[in-house]
Amino acid sequence: MAPALVLKHVSKAFGTQSVLRDVSIEADAGEFIALVGPSGCGKSTLLRIAAGLERADAGEVSLAGVNVTDTRAADRDMAMVFQSYALYPHLTVRQNIALPLAMRRLSGFERLPMIGRITPSARAKHASIMADVERTAEALRITELLNRKPGEMSGGQRQRVALGRAIVRRPKAFLMDEPLSNLDAALRVHMRAEIVSLHRAAGVVTLYVTHDQEEALGMADRVAVMIGGRILQIASPEVIYTDPEHIDVASFIGSPKINLLPGKIVHGGRLFQAGRYLFSGFSGPERDVTIGIRPEHLFLSTEAHEDSIPLFLQRLEFLGSEVIAHLKNQNDGRALIARLEPDHASDVAGLKQLFASATDHELMVFETDGSRVRAAASVADGAASYAA
Amino acid sequence: MQPEGGKPRRLTRFDHREVRAALLLCAPTAVLMLALLVLPTLAVLGLSFTDAELGVPGFQFLGLGAYADLFTDRAFLRAFRNTAIYVALVAPASVVIGLVLALLIEAEVKGRAFFRSVYFLPVVSLTVAMASVWQYLMHPSFGPMNLVLQRFGLPSINWLGSSDNVLTSLALIGIWQALGFNLVLFLAGLTAINRDLYAAAEMDGVRSAWSRFWTVTWPMLGPTTLFVVTITMINAVKVFETVATLTQGGPSKASEVLLYTIYKEGFVYLHIGVASAMAVVFVAVLLVLLLVQTKVLEKQVHYA
Ligand SMILES: Nc1ncnc2c1ncn2[C@@H]1O[C@H](COP(=O)(O)OP(=O)(O)OP(=O)(O)O)[C@@H](O)[C@H]1O
Ligand SMILES: [Mg+2]
Repeated sequence: MAPALVLKHVSKAFGTQSVLRDVSIEADAGEFIALVGPSGCGKSTLLRIAAGLERADAGEVSLAGVNVTDTRAADRDMAMVFQSYALYPHLTVRQNIALPLAMRRLSGFERLPMIGRITPSARAKHASIMADVERTAEALRITELLNRKPGEMSGGQRQRVALGRAIVRRPKAFLMDEPLSNLDAALRVHMRAEIVSLHRAAGVVTLYVTHDQEEALGMADRVAVMIGGRILQIASPEVIYTDPEHIDVASFIGSPKINLLPGKIVHGGRLFQAGRYLFSGFSGPERDVTIGIRPEHLFLSTEAHEDSIPLFLQRLEFLGSEVIAHLKNQNDGRALIARLEPDHASDVAGLKQLFASATDHELMVFETDGSRVRAAASVADGAASYAA
Repeated sequence: MQPEGGKPRRLTRFDHREVRAALLLCAPTAVLMLALLVLPTLAVLGLSFTDAELGVPGFQFLGLGAYADLFTDRAFLRAFRNTAIYVALVAPASVVIGLVLALLIEAEVKGRAFFRSVYFLPVVSLTVAMASVWQYLMHPSFGPMNLVLQRFGLPSINWLGSSDNVLTSLALIGIWQALGFNLVLFLAGLTAINRDLYAAAEMDGVRSAWSRFWTVTWPMLGPTTLFVVTITMINAVKVFETVATLTQGGPSKASEVLLYTIYKEGFVYLHIGVASAMAVVFVAVLLVLLLVQTKVLEKQVHYA
């Protein structure tokens, strides 16, 4: 089966500022892809190009196997949900949701107020539109809002109406640009689940832009991490988090942020961190690298041993189910962060000096250009058996 | 909101001092307003019921009869009718043309500032000075407007000198004057429309510029349009300078308008009583226009 939504080698510049550089995404039918990245990285621009609201300088967009690069947005049969909701303020909820149907199913004359319904066929069309609107409103539980205007509703209600306007005509793709970022935290979490279940029910490919990594990881089948106009990695949430391909992906995803330590690969492919040998299996010349350790993989103990890093404990941050320890490396003064179980935190609380260690296979090594480098075989798993 | 268990709070001594300070601070403005606005208005209202004339000692109180006289006065009625015609010509034309030009300028990214300044020029230029330019343009024998007509083999028009044409010609100048202001207001209104609405309309299948205008632009311009229409009508009702400089109400009173008639009654014939009554009617017309705006139409264009 052809992928449902394909963006191929899309590039875009505004004046001299290059915003998208050779971006490609292939979304399968019914897939939910979250596009996540820092502010200004070009997410909205990419989404608008997918929608047809903006023209790419180069590249191709295809929908359900059809090249729509030169098709205007109104004819692409996609629906978009905007951060600002973009509801028509002078129309009631019912009219807002009905508008995309009216535009597609009725002729210009049939859309006229009053006299548009003069023929029986027009009346039948109007009735079917109203039935579809009612059904959508029920699915979104906004039936009692149908006669209100957008100005008379809360942000969450408006967002529901905006979703309704998008799903009512069963488009070939949903495009959502930070639809939840104007809502308060509790409502946001609630709406996440709701959007996911709406997506499941509709089974329509969805491109969902957000700068909130929790949203991206929690909602999507696959996450595309976009930084500086490039997609650095596109993979399942688990892979994005546990096995990032690029140092920027590793540091953008994950809160608190991943710890980064300077390291060195020396002759024989052996990895050293501040003079301590960690493991081997690397190829290539002698060079500097960066070692990443997720805060939950930093193991703190009160006693020093061979590979451990001596640390000062600066502050403990109690977050309920976990405790964040803010630490300082005694050797180079760099800040480190560890995530602890509350039980473990009470063991170290009050101590000044601690020692951190990590399991080899939980370390990630990055080249200076940011790309991931892997050891041929993890020493922790026994290099000897591979060599044999 | 009411405070719970609400016993009305008594003013303490401190509160009294605050009140006194507040009154003292308001006093200068209040006195000025009284002396410069309220009292003169009351004086005009009072005089409007009399037949007072400047320089003639004593006057008679006519009561509502003064107004009854006014509405049988042919000159006043003609001024009233001429003003209405003038407004009916100037307001719709300058609003519609202003809107169309604003849409054209908005659609074309280049030259926006240039066109805006060009059309805004009449607003900032002195009407009296501009009137003499119009007098030249509309001159029956060597005015460029007639020269152009002749070039195309059309008959000349006696723009300001014929009682059939004079009101239309004045309206033409009035449209030219009002256009720039309306255009700038519409441009501001257009800029304020959320771009996402156009994107949403496009996604919803709104294809033609025509339906885009009726789906997004026109409803979103509602408050601007209402304001523009009101301001234009009020300004048109107040037409005076062009009449006073170009036609003096002529020929044969064909361009007598309210403000010019009031001016003549009050300051040329010194009929203070009649002029006051006319002024009251004039202000009443303006108030009705304002009232229609704020009370009736406002509700229909503000959606939030
Ligand atoms: N119409 C435009 N003209 C010029 N530059 C633009 C235009 N639209 C966007 N840009 C620039 O392109 C870059 C990417 O913008 P975009 O809106 O795609 O970012 P984003 O990832 O959606 O950010 P955010 O998370 O803040 O919404 C920004 O630097 C922005 O300044
Ligand atoms: Mg954006």
